[in-house]
Amino acid sequence: MASMEKDSVSGQMTTGHEWDGIKELNTPLPKWWVYVFWACVVWSVAYWVAMPTWPTINGYTEGMLGYSSRAELDNELKAQKQARGAWLAKFQTASVEDIAKDKTLLNYALVGGKVSFGENCSACHGSGGVGVAGAYPRLADDEWIWGGTLAEIEQTIKFGVRNEHADSRQSEMLPFGTGDALSAEQVGQLADYVVSLSTKTPAAGSPGEAIFAERCTACHQEGGVGSKDLGAPALNNAIWLWKGNNQAAKDMVVAQITKPKHGSMPAWAGRLDDNTIKMLAVYVHSLGGGQ
Amino acid sequence: MSVFRHHAKLETNVFLLAVGILLTVITGGLIEIVPLFTIESTIEKVQGVRPYSPLEQAGRNIYVREGCYLCHSQMVRPFKDEIERYGHYSLAAESKYDHPFQWGSKRTGPDLARVGGKYTNDWHVRHMINPRDVVPESVMPGYPHLMRPLSFNSAPAHLQALKVVGVPYSDEQIRNAKADLLEQADPAATEASGVVKRYPNAKFGDFDGDPKVVSEMDALVAYLQVLGTMVDFTTVKPEKIYR
Repeated sequence: MASMEKDSVSGQMTTGHEWDGIKELNTPLPKWWVYVFWACVVWSVAYWVAMPTWPTINGYTEGMLGYSSRAELDNELKAQKQARGAWLAKFQTASVEDIAKDKTLLNYALVGGKVSFGENCSACHGSGGVGVAGAYPRLADDEWIWGGTLAEIEQTIKFGVRNEHADSRQSEMLPFGTGDALSAEQVGQLADYVVSLSTKTPAAGSPGEAIFAERCTACHQEGGVGSKDLGAPALNNAIWLWKGNNQAAKDMVVAQITKPKHGSMPAWAGRLDDNTIKMLAVYVHSLGGGQ
Repeated sequence: MSVFRHHAKLETNVFLLAVGILLTVITGGLIEIVPLFTIESTIEKVQGVRPYSPLEQAGRNIYVREGCYLCHSQMVRPFKDEIERYGHYSLAAESKYDHPFQWGSKRTGPDLARVGGKYTNDWHVRHMINPRDVVPESVMPGYPHLMRPLSFNSAPAHLQALKVVGVPYSDEQIRNAKADLLEQADPAATEASGVVKRYPNAKFGDFDGDPKVVSEMDALVAYLQVLGTMVDFTTVKPEKIYR
């Protein structure tokens, strides 16, 4: 090994390493770099002491500052709640009807309801409540299965339809065309009559009318006006829940009589707070068909 | 400096060099690895988190297979706006039985950590077959092939494998894996069914609208419907889960 020597060109010492006459300079690291390096080491040690760092047998080192990102979040949420406090207090005590009557509350509810609708409701009911043909009801028209008043909408949102919640809206149409309740011919006659109801030209005296009177009016009522208490849709208009875009009305009615489909909606109580549900009810009511 | 004079000895003696390298690696390894032995002590102690039922686990495997994590995260971060949108922030405890976890790092679609119970089974099936049928703006691909029958002969083996990596499946659960899987997707299942006893609060019934076949869709929807629903946050004291 060669000895360390001073390089005549750069004025730096060599490392003493030599390969085939090539020597290595031992230029010291820049001072600023060395200081930053040691500062990082000191910082990391201080960080261990000040902040939550190491897992231990029963938990973790909490650090002298006691910082917690989740506690910070809770503080932020508290501050937010306080900032909204005046509004929240009004919503807490007001009924949905009160909110709809008070112009400032109504504006607030419509904006808040729209945001929440976009996140929670539009997946099924579509942007602006257009619904999905043959699957999910349109909320922007004046046909309501479970009622279109503010209070009825609020209840539907809160407890949902045909779900596991004890207060959810329940009702099921019987499969009249399955088994021996009605023959295939009778189902066809009944479907013809129901379609004639929907076009406002009820086929009086037809065999379907008699079957309808016997089997259907308990829920769908005379003339097919429907019952919101029973969740029986009105049949005397051209709005169908289960009719796909390219499906004939009669085919759909036959299918529904034979093997009824039953829609379901989750209960939102528990997932959304009461105020949000009120805002949603007011927003949905405003979409076009509120009663 | 004298230290560097000795350094030359280290560099020129292969035995000393090997010992030096070994000591360095051991030191670094201890500092990096040993704290992980007690990492479980940092998981929040909350009630309700249970291992996935065989059907949910099968759905989870499909979730991983189809690469859902590439567009969907499962991690509600502790930020104000995330909580307003998705609900309570995710806990470590909620993914402690996930191998591998599905936190993800990309949100082309929404976060799914709290999607359980948010939509109906019917919606999930329609949406999975063709997302544009229900959400016209969606850019998600369709997964109509999931309506094919689920192959679940390996269900007990999956549970067994997870047990090896620390998921506390009991021998009874492993023994009944196939029966539990079938029962959870059975429209005739009730609260008294074995699968609900072994996996409390498991959602059961026909998930995909076709009661005759247990399909991959059944499994995936069962998995989605349990996401984020195991912990009852009304019973959790916020200060207890501060981290």
